Amino acid sequence: MSGLLDRFTTLLGKGAAKGAASSIELKAMIGSGGFSGGVHPKQMKITAGSPIVQSPLPPRLILPLKQHIGQICTPIVEVGERVLRGQKIAKSQGYVSAPVHAPTSGTVLAIEEHAVPHPSGMGRLCIIIEPDGKDEADESLPPITDYRAEDPGVIRERIRLSGIVGLGGAVFPTFIKMLRDHRHPVEMVILNGIECEPYLTCDHRLMLEHSAAIVRGLDIIMHAVEAQRGVIAIEDNKPDAIAAMQQALADIAFEHIEVRVLPTLYPQGSEKQLIQSVTGRQVPAGKLPLHIGVLCQNVGTTRAIHDAVCLGQPLTQRVVTVSGDAVPSPANISVRIGTPIPFVLAQCGLEDLSGVRLIHGGPMMGERLSRLNVPLVKSTNGLLAMRQEALYSENAVEEPCIRCGHCVTVCPVGLVPNELAWHCRNDQFDRGQEYDLFDCIECGCCSYVCPSHIPLVHYFRYAKGQVAKIEKERSFAELSKARSEARDNRLAHEQAERAARRSKVRKQQAGDAAGEEVSGAETSGDGKEDKA
Amino acid sequence: MSLLISSPHAHGGDSIRANMLSVIIALLPAAGVSVYLFGWLALFLIVLCMVGCMLSEWVCLKMMGRPLSRLGDGSAALTGLLLALTLPAAVPWWMALIGCVAAIVLAKQVYGGLGHNPFNPALAARVVLLISFPLHMTAWLVPMHAPVFAAVLPLNLYDFSQCWNLFWLGPEAIGKGLDAITMASPLGHVKTEWSRGIGAVEALRNYDYSYLDAFLGREAGSLGETSALALLLGGVYLLARHTISWHIPVSFIVTVYVLAALFNAVNPDHFAPPLFHVLAGGLMLGAFFMATDPVSSPVTPRGQIVFGIGCGLLTWSIRTFGGYPEGVMFSILLMNCAVPLIDHYLRPRVYGK
Repeated sequence: MSGLLDRFTTLLGKGAAKGAASSIELKAMIGSGGFSGGVHPKQMKITAGSPIVQSPLPPRLILPLKQHIGQICTPIVEVGERVLRGQKIAKSQGYVSAPVHAPTSGTVLAIEEHAVPHPSGMGRLCIIIEPDGKDEADESLPPITDYRAEDPGVIRERIRLSGIVGLGGAVFPTFIKMLRDHRHPVEMVILNGIECEPYLTCDHRLMLEHSAAIVRGLDIIMHAVEAQRGVIAIEDNKPDAIAAMQQALADIAFEHIEVRVLPTLYPQGSEKQLIQSVTGRQVPAGKLPLHIGVLCQNVGTTRAIHDAVCLGQPLTQRVVTVSGDAVPSPANISVRIGTPIPFVLAQCGLEDLSGVRLIHGGPMMGERLSRLNVPLVKSTNGLLAMRQEALYSENAVEEPCIRCGHCVTVCPVGLVPNELAWHCRNDQFDRGQEYDLFDCIECGCCSYVCPSHIPLVHYFRYAKGQVAKIEKERSFAELSKARSEARDNRLAHEQAERAARRSKVRKQQAGDAAGEEVSGAETSGDGKEDKA
Repeated sequence: MSLLISSPHAHGGDSIRANMLSVIIALLPAAGVSVYLFGWLALFLIVLCMVGCMLSEWVCLKMMGRPLSRLGDGSAALTGLLLALTLPAAVPWWMALIGCVAAIVLAKQVYGGLGHNPFNPALAARVVLLISFPLHMTAWLVPMHAPVFAAVLPLNLYDFSQCWNLFWLGPEAIGKGLDAITMASPLGHVKTEWSRGIGAVEALRNYDYSYLDAFLGREAGSLGETSALALLLGGVYLLARHTISWHIPVSFIVTVYVLAALFNAVNPDHFAPPLFHVLAGGLMLGAFFMATDPVSSPVTPRGQIVFGIGCGLLTWSIRTFGGYPEGVMFSILLMNCAVPLIDHYLRPRVYGK
């Protein structure tokens, strides 16, 4: 019954999607898959036409030792040491990690805790460098010009050494995603040029201005994972980027790579949703894209891979979109990693930061920063400075849920957000997990459409945090219990041993006494000694 | 510093008020037809019910210490309008007021207010009235454009003062009994004829039934249920604005049609034809405006289809085998009871699972 219904609804849904797609002239190139749900937020891509400009060197660079998912790095430079651009200044510790490099030449001023971009405003160990303005490069990594002739392992090692992480915002160390697993060969590499977040245009500009480097970067990835097919996925709201990428492919004559145009829909840039749009297949729950033979990389990451391999340049700068209604001249800027955010905002004419709300990332998934004096890091794809009035999250008043079901319609994962939020808000976390809490990708579609202005994602984050805390407490309690039980056992065992020894001694003495008829005073003395 | 530093920082601009307002706008064609059929009488009843519901809501909010600004969300006004459109035009004003109090206090605020009511408030109130005052709730005023109108109602319903008296004082004001100025609805007529052993086809013939009249709304019935055309217009507007989804109305109406067609094919003399069922009574009003009430209907698309099919099954069964001529109201309320169960078992498939 339910299966039939499902097919019926998807049939009708597909019919509607086809109708929408046919109105777009690029229909020949429209992807076939398509995920369910999604929203069309106001695009606000005001910087789409602004070429990438280079930011000047700031007076100080602050480099957090953890700009990636995984373990924090250890500094390998001393205070007062002179460093060169591209020199490794902190090494990975553990497997899931990415080293940090000096973005320019200069002197290490301090290695100390400094505020980093995080909603809590927390601090983290940072290396602070004062640039000397010479921008001298460290040339320890030679360019690999003929990468196709190199062993894939060499390429991956170069990517690891260059500190490259996912620049779309997830900052997962890239070399790990590129490991080969012979049980799951990568058939297709998808280049994520979707950039579905409103305001953000850095990937768009990269595709326009560095199309050749991006195409080569994709070819490098394909070589490193030995994939045969490459797909560059771009939404139809960026026709110039589509044309630029097609031109670049034609120039280099890469026939194993194609450009795939997808209808604009948020959150298509989310890895799993993109895979469904391009391949028509879903990544099974609890599995990785690798398990269905797919690897996704972001446009910015791919360009960084190209620079690391072909130019021998580690990841020391990135493109960031500075926008928002408080910014006088929004722009796409190429900035050295570690540049203080107020310095970047000043490049766009925003000097007075009083009353300004700063969002790190896009408006749908970005984090609101509580401290403004933080450095730009590898994950910074956008900086949105908003006035208080313009910031929805600050002015929303929550009203009762009227069960309109819009959140269910737009959820790209297939959750029932209204029910889920109900359980999360009432601290019924087991019920929340029953409603697939941990499948939520926090894309924000549900909150975006909610007529009652319920901060659904906020509740999901809260519940996820609480569940993690409860799990931690539980495992700690279990550990303590096991430890205390072990102690009790050990004590009991020791006592038993001692008692056994004592009774053995007693027996022996009793036997001695019986045999040799020694006086009673002597035995009692022995007993005392034994006790002591 | 605000509590919410959590994303998303953007919003689509939808609000409860906008949703309620678009349903009210979608009901305007049906309300217009009711005024065309019953003149000032319809307008008085609509205004009275809307005011009555909003007053009840205000009193409840005040007593419960809730912000009075909630009155502005438009839900009480919408309930009032919906209730009015389900009432016969000749219903006494005080009965309508009792309905308003029942809708807001009993069916909505007692459960915790907007978003917490398990039943559609307007329909729950209508059931209260139907069971309390069965005579008045099944007596349909002869519409202005019926051929017999001039013979039974010696007044002009478009005349304000004549209607004013009739509205407040009842038919006694013009020296008539309730029976004298009312007639049977097509559904009621078929049911009565069945009880006399006459089949549906014959019954419709002796009623002078016409599909066109039923479609346009020139027939006896509750204020807002007569014109399928006006209700369809409103329904299409709601669908276009994404206030409702197609799942409930389509599955509801299709189920009634298919069932009626099946039985009609087996015994065309006894069972009424499918188009008659679709155009008759409160089906259009119920399918587009009552069953789609977000609070008391399922949230998942699959659940909504099951809900619609259930409503359709029950509606046709009650109409055909039940004691009441019309079953839309009972079927929706019965299916309202099943919503938590439907929502629990018919969740969408989660990505990758």
